[in-house]
Amino acid sequence: MKFSILVSEGPYTHQASDTAYQFTKAALEKGHEIYRVFFYHDGVNNGTRLTVPPQDDRNIQKRWTALAEKYKLDMVICIAAAQRRGLLDESEAKRNGKDANNIAPGFRISGLGQLIEAGIQADRLVTFGD
Amino acid sequence: MEEGMEEGGGITKKFMYVNRKAPHGTIYALESLEVVLIGAAFEQDVSLAFIDDGVYQLTKGQDTKGLEVKNFAPTFRALEDYDVTKLYVAKESMEERGLTADAFMVPVEVMSKQQLAEIMEEQDVILSF
Repeated sequence: MKFSILVSEGPYTHQASDTAYQFTKAALEKGHEIYRVFFYHDGVNNGTRLTVPPQDDRNIQKRWTALAEKYKLDMVICIAAAQRRGLLDESEAKRNGKDANNIAPGFRISGLGQLIEAGIQADRLVTFGD
Repeated sequence: MEEGMEEGGGITKKFMYVNRKAPHGTIYALESLEVVLIGAAFEQDVSLAFIDDGVYQLTKGQDTKGLEVKNFAPTFRALEDYDVTKLYVAKESMEERGLTADAFMVPVEVMSKQQLAEIMEEQDVILSF
């Protein structure tokens, strides 16, 4: 089965991104394909490399990054949602005159069309949110 | 980009956007509408369902001045220009909130949750906000 995943809530505040991660990992381990993981609403905050969670807790961003590296996952952060919430890559930071960027390795910023396309191309689009 | 990729590569699926939340207290309604507008370029078979507090998104006379947030509600009137014309409102949700069909700013089809469930059953992709 070919899945696309939509993550609609931020890390730590809400279980959704944990469950999305566990689902994505389990699907990949079972040999399914993940066409794309799309981060929307506060879900974009899964992709900041500047979070510093307590050492005895999980590191949600690093977990996603490691999964992306292992399985060549396409993890896309919505640009409109990201800009509102201060999530920038190098070129967006430059374009908007900001002095820093914070996107984590394995994530890329792109448009909402990528979500629609993910729905079209996958057998199932699974949403993790509120 | 490959020819036709922008519009979904010739595949047409049934997309339903399910709007469950009131319009201005959280960002979900606004960001749902943003997906609908971008998605329109892909020429899919699109419908919008409004259930629970989501029915408030379509009510006439929304005024957000006091909240100092952008009032995106007029954008619902533009959906027709994007060929998005299937707007379904859950009858029970409407009635529970003391609303009637003339409360809405755009033409909608009011139907029972049972009917809505049957339409949902036919969908390929459901995006819930």
